[in-house]
Amino acid sequence: MHVDLTIKRFDPERDDGPHWERYGVEVDEGDRVLDALHQVRWYQDGSLAFRRSCAHGVCGSDAMVINGHNRLACVLLVRDVGSTITVEPLRGLPVLKDLVVDMDAFFAQYRSVMPWLVNDTDPGDTERLQSPEQRARFDDTTKCILCAACTTSCPIYWANGTYVGPAAIVNAHRFVFDSRDEAGAERLHILDEQSGVWRCRTAFNCTDACPRGIKVTEAIQEVKRAVLRPGASQK
Amino acid sequence: MDIHRHRFDAVIVGAGGAGLRAAIETAGKCQVAVISKLYPTRSHTGAAQGGMCAALANVEEDSWEWHAFDTVKGGDYLVDQPAAEIMCREAVDAVIELEHFGLPFNRTPEGRIDQRRFGGHTRNHGEAPVKRACYAADRTGHMILQTLYQQCVARGVVFFDEFQVLDVAFVGDDPRRGVAGVVASELATGDLHVFECSAALFATGGFGRIFKVSSNAHTLTGDGPGLLWRRGVPLEDMEFFQFHPTGINKLGILLSEAARGEGGILRNAEGERFMERYAPTVKDLAPRDMVSRAMLTEIRQGKGCGPNQDYLHLDLTHLPPEQIDEKLPDIAEFVRTYLGIEPKTDLIPIQPTAHYAMGGIPTNVSAEVVLDAEGTIAPGLYAAGECACVSVHGANRLGTNSLLDIVVFGRRGGAAMAAFVVSREPAGLAPGFEDGVAATITGLLGGDGRERAADIRAELQEQMTLSASVFRTDESLRAVSATIDNLRRRYRDVAVSDQSRRFNYELSEALELGYLLDVAQALVAAALARTESRGGHFRDDHPLRDDANWMRHSLAFRQPDGSIRLGYKPVADGPYLPMERKY
Repeated sequence: MHVDLTIKRFDPERDDGPHWERYGVEVDEGDRVLDALHQVRWYQDGSLAFRRSCAHGVCGSDAMVINGHNRLACVLLVRDVGSTITVEPLRGLPVLKDLVVDMDAFFAQYRSVMPWLVNDTDPGDTERLQSPEQRARFDDTTKCILCAACTTSCPIYWANGTYVGPAAIVNAHRFVFDSRDEAGAERLHILDEQSGVWRCRTAFNCTDACPRGIKVTEAIQEVKRAVLRPGASQK
Repeated sequence: MDIHRHRFDAVIVGAGGAGLRAAIETAGKCQVAVISKLYPTRSHTGAAQGGMCAALANVEEDSWEWHAFDTVKGGDYLVDQPAAEIMCREAVDAVIELEHFGLPFNRTPEGRIDQRRFGGHTRNHGEAPVKRACYAADRTGHMILQTLYQQCVARGVVFFDEFQVLDVAFVGDDPRRGVAGVVASELATGDLHVFECSAALFATGGFGRIFKVSSNAHTLTGDGPGLLWRRGVPLEDMEFFQFHPTGINKLGILLSEAARGEGGILRNAEGERFMERYAPTVKDLAPRDMVSRAMLTEIRQGKGCGPNQDYLHLDLTHLPPEQIDEKLPDIAEFVRTYLGIEPKTDLIPIQPTAHYAMGGIPTNVSAEVVLDAEGTIAPGLYAAGECACVSVHGANRLGTNSLLDIVVFGRRGGAAMAAFVVSREPAGLAPGFEDGVAATITGLLGGDGRERAADIRAELQEQMTLSASVFRTDESLRAVSATIDNLRRRYRDVAVSDQSRRFNYELSEALELGYLLDVAQALVAAALARTESRGGHFRDDHPLRDDANWMRHSLAFRQPDGSIRLGYKPVADGPYLPMERKY
């Protein structure tokens, strides 16, 4: 089928500002939007910049705004979008070139919530025990692929880039509710600060945007409740 | 183009499971930079699904020795047995360590790490399938990658993200004299970065993109093996490439073997469970090389499904729906997304998909790179993971042993490299080492070539899939060899139309294509020479294993004129004598 692809382009080496360019490509209706972008880069305009790797929704490279929604280009099929496709870079992060945005701030926010298991008790030679129920408690937030679709869909984040954003909170949630972790208070203190969970106004954009189906807003609400538990948040 | 210079004790090239595990091992011991052309969490370790085997015996009786036997037999006896023993023995510690790092494994009712069945893994030397695979739903690789990255962040590991490594320097241009540095292109700026270092560990992953239908990421282009090969390092056992039985038809997206471990069944157009005829004991859980061959044999006999009779079915419809939701959620979603069908009620069209390179950069069990059949080491040069060949997978890798490989040999490589650099003075990098890379880039950008990299890549992939995949013959391999020679000539005439410096992916992909052509050339040369069938290498014209002549590893050396010289080295034997492979 024929697809009209309109892409927001910007190369700071050459352009004064962003502009739209249109391409016509022939694709199968079962093709991914990513396949259409490849058609452009490989056969029409080699200068089109976008990130991608796994091409089936697990590496998180190709989050972008497709027909107004944050999506992974490799998970969205052309037949589900239609023959007119508009593609823009993620909002809220600086555009480096075309669909490539600067992820440095995003990963710094991720790092700020101590996204690793803290447990100083010697476990010996065997695994730490964790019941299936304890394991299920944080299952949803272990699915995060750090694609930034949630964070860059958040109107609060667009307005204030110091907010840690949904993805960082999701990754904090993954440890806050892990029965093996011992840094809950420290982590919750970080999230209790001005840049933390209280910025969230439950717009639910993040939940709609998540390509992994994580209940992002719910996770943020659970972290808020954890912060409010008496004595939960400590320096 | 601007040149930036850095000095580290060592660099790690690639930030998947092997590279990250190595980085953790070096943290606090020496100054190390991890250089990756992707953000680390984009690495393809994250796409691994089913599990990581270790004889924990949490669910059923098991022993690491049974695991080692299965690995050797699964590899059709081309496995170096001492290496397999080390991997399977250290597997237990490796899994426990990952759990201590925070990896959220699925749990038994008692709270221990749960285990499930996987292809080729058996109790007591083949009696019956055994539950050996430790897993986190069907995103075990994702959890390994995330957990190792988290541990790197906790340790303050230094990363150079989105830097494409393009060359390595040896002292006196001789790998036997030691590593002097690497040069990388920074994708964001197009600038070159020269890293002076006395050690380098390559962990760049596979090269499944030489084939058209592949489970591999677009970025798996053999960069590490390709650039080392150009500098005189041989490539081992390149003819052995694994085709995973259950790729989504036409797309190649992987549907984990865990689907069969959980009870899924392969069926032909008649609805028959055909694996009962090929592997009466373990049936659908036979090793991947056997299942892929059985599938294509069914198709050749006209028992394929669909209007063109060119695919088969994976049947999950008899599994309890909640088992699919809990144990196989991701692959169920892939089926819904890419095929538009419901795996709980519909049969899933599947075909073998290019999946894993058993061969690669030759190493010993310390991940040190070995330069010849005599065991000469390249001082300071290491490789781990899919880009390396230890060889623990022999002629066919068992499912889950790749995740095990990256963790065990990533750790060993990191430890060996950290110990090496402590006693090593900087070798000194010859001035102007980066000039070669700069000239290559300038040539691609400024040249008047008429060829488009995308056209050459598409033809390579098409012809490799046609002539060098599950079934091979002398004729098919000669044909694809001639095609590759022609494509290599055309590659010299490639021009990159985009002249910009920033995020020039057209340039980046053109450079990657050079590596794809290199590794494809090595694969076909080794496959043409090996006139037997073993593991993932099956020759219709030589259908039997020939231990008398071919119980040996191949080594492909690149000659100065671009041609290939093949050498061989013996398989390191151990307790298991070669037997006919029956399951």
